[in-house]
Amino acid sequence: MSNSTRSSRYFIFAVALILVLATAGSAQDWIRTGTGLGMEKVRIAAADFKPSTQDPKNADLLKTFNDTLSNDLDNAGIFDLVSKSFHPLQTPGQPSEVNFSAWSSPPPNAAMLAFGNLGVTADKVSVQGWLYDLKNQASPQVLAKQYSDSATADAVRTIAHKFADEIIFRLGGGVAGIAETKIYFVSDRSGHKEIWMMDYDGENQTQLTHLGSISLSPRISPDSSRVAFSSATKSGWEIMMYSFDLNRMVSFPRFGGMNLSPSWSPDGKIAFSSSRNGYPNIYVMEGSGGNARRLTNDQGPDVSPTWNRKTGAQIAFVSGRTGLPQIYTMDADGTNLQRVTEQGYAVSPNWSPNGQFLTFSWMRKYGPGDPGGNDLYLMDIASKQWVQLTHDAGRNDFPCWSPDGRHIVFQSHRTGSDQIFSMLADGTHVKQLTSKGGNTQPNWSWK
Amino acid sequence: MKHQMRMWVLFVVALGAVAFLAACGGHRKLPAPPPPAPPEAQLPTASLAANPNTINAGESTTLTWQTTNATDVSIDGIGPVDPSGSRQVTPATSTTYHLIAKGAGGTQDATARVTVSAAPAAGQPPAENLTEQELFAKNVRDIYFDYDKADIRASEQPSVQGDAQFLQQHSSIHITVEGYCDERGSTEYNLALGTNRADAVKNALVQAGVAGDRIKTFSYGKEKPFCTQSTEACWQENRRGHLVYEK
Repeated sequence: MSNSTRSSRYFIFAVALILVLATAGSAQDWIRTGTGLGMEKVRIAAADFKPSTQDPKNADLLKTFNDTLSNDLDNAGIFDLVSKSFHPLQTPGQPSEVNFSAWSSPPPNAAMLAFGNLGVTADKVSVQGWLYDLKNQASPQVLAKQYSDSATADAVRTIAHKFADEIIFRLGGGVAGIAETKIYFVSDRSGHKEIWMMDYDGENQTQLTHLGSISLSPRISPDSSRVAFSSATKSGWEIMMYSFDLNRMVSFPRFGGMNLSPSWSPDGKIAFSSSRNGYPNIYVMEGSGGNARRLTNDQGPDVSPTWNRKTGAQIAFVSGRTGLPQIYTMDADGTNLQRVTEQGYAVSPNWSPNGQFLTFSWMRKYGPGDPGGNDLYLMDIASKQWVQLTHDAGRNDFPCWSPDGRHIVFQSHRTGSDQIFSMLADGTHVKQLTSKGGNTQPNWSWK
Repeated sequence: MKHQMRMWVLFVVALGAVAFLAACGGHRKLPAPPPPAPPEAQLPTASLAANPNTINAGESTTLTWQTTNATDVSIDGIGPVDPSGSRQVTPATSTTYHLIAKGAGGTQDATARVTVSAAPAAGQPPAENLTEQELFAKNVRDIYFDYDKADIRASEQPSVQGDAQFLQQHSSIHITVEGYCDERGSTEYNLALGTNRADAVKNALVQAGVAGDRIKTFSYGKEKPFCTQSTEACWQENRRGHLVYEK
């Protein structure tokens, strides 16, 4: 055997050895978090609702209703939804039609059953829905609801969302469901970056602003009455407001400089980044735009504040004061500054509704010239323990919690363009919500 | 050379394997102690300058560079070069020369911009008849930044001084400095970083004697990039303070 062949073989063996040892040494960091996920899931079946009248509109509306209801229950994160292929052939439209053993035995093996009927009469749709506890044949009724609205797909979708939320609230430990919540985001599909909104499941994507400039960082107010955002004007970036009470832009004070990333406190104050007095620092103002006061005073740049929405007493934000951006927390008066991340490139923090966690985008190991992957992380603020939520799927940014604390919406470049996705707060059940144009910076309503 | 390189890599890999196994607490007989390891790798340094940095078309300029702690040095458009040296170049159009120095400790880069003014050809109006805006476009240079930095690096000082001089010679001109960032990183952070970059350029011009009320600042972050490739060269193109002529 020649010298060079022998040394090649040793070379390959040594490299293989290193790789095997390296992967064996690396720990798995996919852990369960304190988000209520991973608890015993209720096995629920959502029977297809039956038509209650003969109207030709019924078929399409029933499909929309059934699909929406199933989706909402499947998305909730607390159910083990029975697959439709396991449903018994005969489905009930009325309590008298329920066959308990057919639903509670294998293959459906359901503990709970949602069923009912839907029918159109003269352009109005009526829905009756029940939730039954199949283990309690003597008195099974948990919910009995009735809804009525105009016979449109949108109205039927809303009814399904309402019914799903009732079920989720009753069976989910008293935490309200998210089926009626909204997501606000930036889309460039009109040719300019404008503020848009959509249902939490990606339906009803609607353009709100028509400013023809660059509008970014939408954040909905706690009472869902106004969405604040930052928009480029001739003299600088200004915080602007769109009102849902009036369905149009409303005036808001202008300050000059670069005013960015507004964020609402639970009591309606706004934290934001402003360079009006020099370097970008964190400021707080009233929701009306008045009484702006400065909280940080350094070269920063300081940007992207987020309030602890449980207490309203703390703000997390991003600062480049030591070089690459890191995440910090401080009290709402600017005191008690604490550094949260120690390395890498960390941005876009968002505080969980229960006050316990931050989610943010982190390139944990940063190297010069390395485009790297930004992944989403979840950190317990008290212990600084973190969990990685996305793995090796390109650039992920702008995570935002749902009000039920069980879901996170975010933007990702994993499909080749920027799109908005939602997932459970443990990183599973990722669903793509947008596909037209580039869509970024999603923000979830508070209710 | 290839065999030697491979043997060195093989040696380091084997060393790593042995170290890992030893750390795992296995009872293994260590081989004879290796020869002293190379000193801890230091980050390379790099600098690049063009002299003169403004020439007329057809003229030459000399690029001079120096690096330390680098084993692999190259300049875009020229190729691999010695760690330190100089070379005469004759660019046809304004060019930003970009040097990349790689070593065991990491990578460092440096740039130098050469502005090429078209020589007045027969039939073209002499320089004095150009409008103020055209003179601005010919003479005023943007200022380029390092990654995640908003401080003016030494190699950009000639541009700053040149811009300040031009603005003092044409004292009625007002400008806006727009701060830009490359595509990496977050929308919001880059808007803030771009703000710091625009302010840094303004401050440098003011220090050089230009009245502050002639200079406005704005940040575009990564919202309006000059190029969109995911390469070092394009990223450097985007990391800049861009000077815009205002009436």
